[in-house]
Amino acid sequence: MDMEMLSSAFEYAPAPESRSVVDIAPSYGLFIDGEFTEASGGKVFKTVSPSTEEVLSEVAEASEEDVDRAVRAARKAFGKWSALPGSERAKYLFRIARIVQERSRELAVLETLDNGKPIKETRDADLPLVAAHFFYYAGWADKLDHAGFGANPRPLGVAGQVIPWNFPLLMLAWKIAPALATGNTVVLKPAETTPLSALFFADICRQAGLPKGVVNIVTGDGRTGAALVAHPDVDKVAFTGSTAVGKAIARTVAGTRKKLTLELGGKGANIVFDDAPIDQAVEGIVNGIFFNQGQVCCAGSRLLVQESIQDELLDSLKRRLSTLRLGDPLDKNTDIGAINSAEQLARITALAEAGEAEGAERWSPSCELPGAGYWFAPTLFTNVTQAHTIAREEIFGPVLSVLTFRTPDEAVAKANNTQYGLSAGIWSEKGSRILAVAGKLRAGVVWSNTFNKFDPTSPFGGYKESGFGREGGRHGLEAYLDV
Amino acid sequence: MPTTAPPAHALTDVTASDSTLRRFLHGLPGVDAVGLEARAASLGTRSIKTTAKAYAIDLAISMVDLTTLEGADTPGKVRALGAKAVHPDPTDRTTPATAAVCVYPDMVAVAKEAVAGSGVKVASVATAFPAGRAALDVKLADVRDAVAAGADEIDMVIDRGAFLAGKYLKVYDEIVAVRETCGTNARLKVIFETGELSTYDNIRRASWLGMLAGADFIKTSTGKVAVNATPANTLLMLEAVRDFRARTGVQVGVKPAGGIRTSKDAVKFLVLVNETAGADWLDNHWFRFGASSLLNDLLMQRQKLATGRYSGPDYVTVD
Amino acid sequence: MSEKTEKTERLSVFKTYKLYVGGKFPRSESGRVYEVTDAKGNWLANAPLSSRKDARDAVVAARKAFGAWSGATAYNRGQVLYRVAEMLEGRREQFVREVAEAEGLSKSRAAAVVDAAVDRWVWYAGWTDKIAQVVGGANPVAGPFFNLSSPEPTGVVAVLAPQESSFLGLVSVLAPVIATGNTAVVVASEKSPLPALSLAEVLATSDVPGGVVNILSGRTAEIAAPLAAHQDVNAIDLAGADEALAKELEIAAADNLKRVLRPQAVDYSGTPGTDRLTAFLETKTVWHTTGALGAAGSSY
Repeated sequence: MDMEMLSSAFEYAPAPESRSVVDIAPSYGLFIDGEFTEASGGKVFKTVSPSTEEVLSEVAEASEEDVDRAVRAARKAFGKWSALPGSERAKYLFRIARIVQERSRELAVLETLDNGKPIKETRDADLPLVAAHFFYYAGWADKLDHAGFGANPRPLGVAGQVIPWNFPLLMLAWKIAPALATGNTVVLKPAETTPLSALFFADICRQAGLPKGVVNIVTGDGRTGAALVAHPDVDKVAFTGSTAVGKAIARTVAGTRKKLTLELGGKGANIVFDDAPIDQAVEGIVNGIFFNQGQVCCAGSRLLVQESIQDELLDSLKRRLSTLRLGDPLDKNTDIGAINSAEQLARITALAEAGEAEGAERWSPSCELPGAGYWFAPTLFTNVTQAHTIAREEIFGPVLSVLTFRTPDEAVAKANNTQYGLSAGIWSEKGSRILAVAGKLRAGVVWSNTFNKFDPTSPFGGYKESGFGREGGRHGLEAYLDV
Repeated sequence: MPTTAPPAHALTDVTASDSTLRRFLHGLPGVDAVGLEARAASLGTRSIKTTAKAYAIDLAISMVDLTTLEGADTPGKVRALGAKAVHPDPTDRTTPATAAVCVYPDMVAVAKEAVAGSGVKVASVATAFPAGRAALDVKLADVRDAVAAGADEIDMVIDRGAFLAGKYLKVYDEIVAVRETCGTNARLKVIFETGELSTYDNIRRASWLGMLAGADFIKTSTGKVAVNATPANTLLMLEAVRDFRARTGVQVGVKPAGGIRTSKDAVKFLVLVNETAGADWLDNHWFRFGASSLLNDLLMQRQKLATGRYSGPDYVTVD
Repeated sequence: MSEKTEKTERLSVFKTYKLYVGGKFPRSESGRVYEVTDAKGNWLANAPLSSRKDARDAVVAARKAFGAWSGATAYNRGQVLYRVAEMLEGRREQFVREVAEAEGLSKSRAAAVVDAAVDRWVWYAGWTDKIAQVVGGANPVAGPFFNLSSPEPTGVVAVLAPQESSFLGLVSVLAPVIATGNTAVVVASEKSPLPALSLAEVLATSDVPGGVVNILSGRTAEIAAPLAAHQDVNAIDLAGADEALAKELEIAAADNLKRVLRPQAVDYSGTPGTDRLTAFLETKTVWHTTGALGAAGSSY
């Protein structure tokens, strides 16, 4: 027996997921009225892999004229689509759910390439949730009479949907599934840095035999999104993204008949009481802020820990962070992938520097960052107060600000002391305390003894400047019904 | 560590009385079952390939307590087991030996002879294994027999009835007595029968109770009940030994037993060890698998890595 | 071979129709069969004539399956029921033939019936994870309590399938029972049991765990009596019982207060509501303290 080998550390060999399951074309057009077409102005932009900066493909940039074409296609398709029996619309959505399940490995690899997030997450979180979301809303299509909105609730018409880059295909599912189930047609604009999975979704619509024009995908940057939101023949606007853009959209649709739902930023508090199940709380804190590199609107970016257990908890947390594996997102053992773009990396870097400048104490586990691509080490700030920039602004990156509290009242006060109100976490073994604190938190989603859990049956959305409207569950139908 | 008196470490106070012990054990952080199982499952998705797999398989083989605990055990059966422990794969002498063979006390002498000179230890279950329902004197006599016959390790069962009745000090005293009876030569593994303790909170409390009483190893189960070692209960026990060492400086080993049958499972357990307790436990002095059929699967996987072909049950030895 | 071989018509292979109990296909323990004919009286097959012991075995199988099936996630049950629709669609031609023969329908009428049955599975597949949101919910009690009502399955449900609508009717009464997590012992249409017995072959290949659905053929009155009186059956759907039998069974069912769904005139081709889903649900209300109202200075 090779004693030398046995006494060495357990180094995990590279375990890359095969890239060959996905075939990315060198260029993609816009998906309008069931066809891929070039942008009217012929403009294109490149999408790159954030972990390597490799160019993955060239994508058409939709002009105002293209957006108009897409909206007209959606309008044309709306009559027949909305007139279909719900049971027939249901079967299209069930088909889509099944094809997503069948093609999930391909889509997971694609998403990891385009977004930079670990394959572990796209494989085990994003894609299963995408399929489940279509499956869930498929079932609603023929049951709208039972959804609590009165008999025979009507769709709105054409939905203009603008989604972010952090969960590209999942946010598409959250938008498209309820819209189609209720009988609307859609024009969807994926984020500029992550357009590919939406374009692959167009192919899924083709395989499912979805009628032309029911789903249209227009790629582009903020200008394309603005054109879509402003288009006069759009009946419904749904946006997920930053609070600043959300406010601009709210101004754009003011005075129109457009129904609006917004899912925006957050600064979630993760509150750990002294009677918490500590090992699971540590996992929940890690999951809360380092899942998807912290690029999650509902991230638990503020850790509020009861002062009496601060040292113990931080020791455990630091030890745990030292085991995180950062690197090639396609490696099945990678926990932390790449930041989505150079722009986002610059923002995270600037805010972290502000944290240091304002006197918070910065800590990261020793971890080597790859040479190419956009990377940021998991970072912890201690000695943070409510007055620090990093306790107030959404960083949208793997940066955790640690604050302390003494009593439940103080925890609630600090948790609510933000313009946001999307998510919060509570860790305690005492049920009544959990429910009492949950009752006082001004946040749309409160997790106790868990964090970052999503389910198609469960409504998601924010209070205050985190937006309005709910996605998911029975509640999610309302955004797409004329009720 | 002194073995003829209760362990002298920072936590001696907590065992002063039944009530201090109860307060201490019930003051340990709670375990959220959903979170614990989710963490175990998440570590179970680690993908261990090529060189890492070769390392893990050899390490796992070296950690096996090759076990036979049947009413039908005979000297012949035990000798065969011993031979297999020493040379698990007769076609490949580079295969590491297992850590130990594990037998009933009356088979210890036979087992000792079978593994003599190899470095393979002989472990023996004792204390009226597996139920543990006997008077303390009987249990200690059982231990004395095994030790006298040359057992290097004693795998005792705790009194689950006393534990579930809240008589923690009784459980503690019994472990201390067995520890004393083991003397200086035999290491003590304390079996909780986690399937009977039923809750994760109980498993955490039992782990600390066992370590306070001087266990060298804490072990999940006897292999004789419906639920034996699972990734979640082993993860929990790994957290306990990690925290115990941080608090007292004393390192204690962990042995999941029962239900681990495939190489894939074994590798998952090694990932749990690596990412929870850490590399210090990646050694058969600190981590064991209580298993029998696992070994052949490890050997077939080892042959596969060496030859590139999938092996079959005809190419490993029956015990 | 002889060069003079005449082209003869190929002799078909008959199927032996069997019961479906605990995921297996046994014959009746009684060894009895009865003759099943088409609408014109032509012989179709010999179907098992189930005994009270077959009913007993089926209840044991259904009870055994209840824990895992009721404990599965609603999402999982939805996937399984949708899989039934997929597998049924693939056997469409077989069921069109069997339904046409059993009910004396034209091929196109039978095809419409089978299509509706496939769609019915899809309808109920979508209900598994929605019924709780329609019939459950938070209750604003006047006090510091979290209070939530949720539906839970009743348990083992005996289902007397409709006598006339041997397939669509069967699917319409069976699917809602299992969608919510109950397990079922089905007594097939007495006159036309073959589509039901063939449905068992679909269920067995659709990820439906063994024992969740058990299908018996035979004399409805003979099998229903022990089921209605069985102390480990929690509910009974009397769709396939005539008025006299229904009354007798309802009386027997009172012994352990089974939930009883009485026979009613139903047009199985119409869109079903939620009645059959809610018929076999219990409502559980959970109270949990929240913080106090703060009168003593602390809310926690």
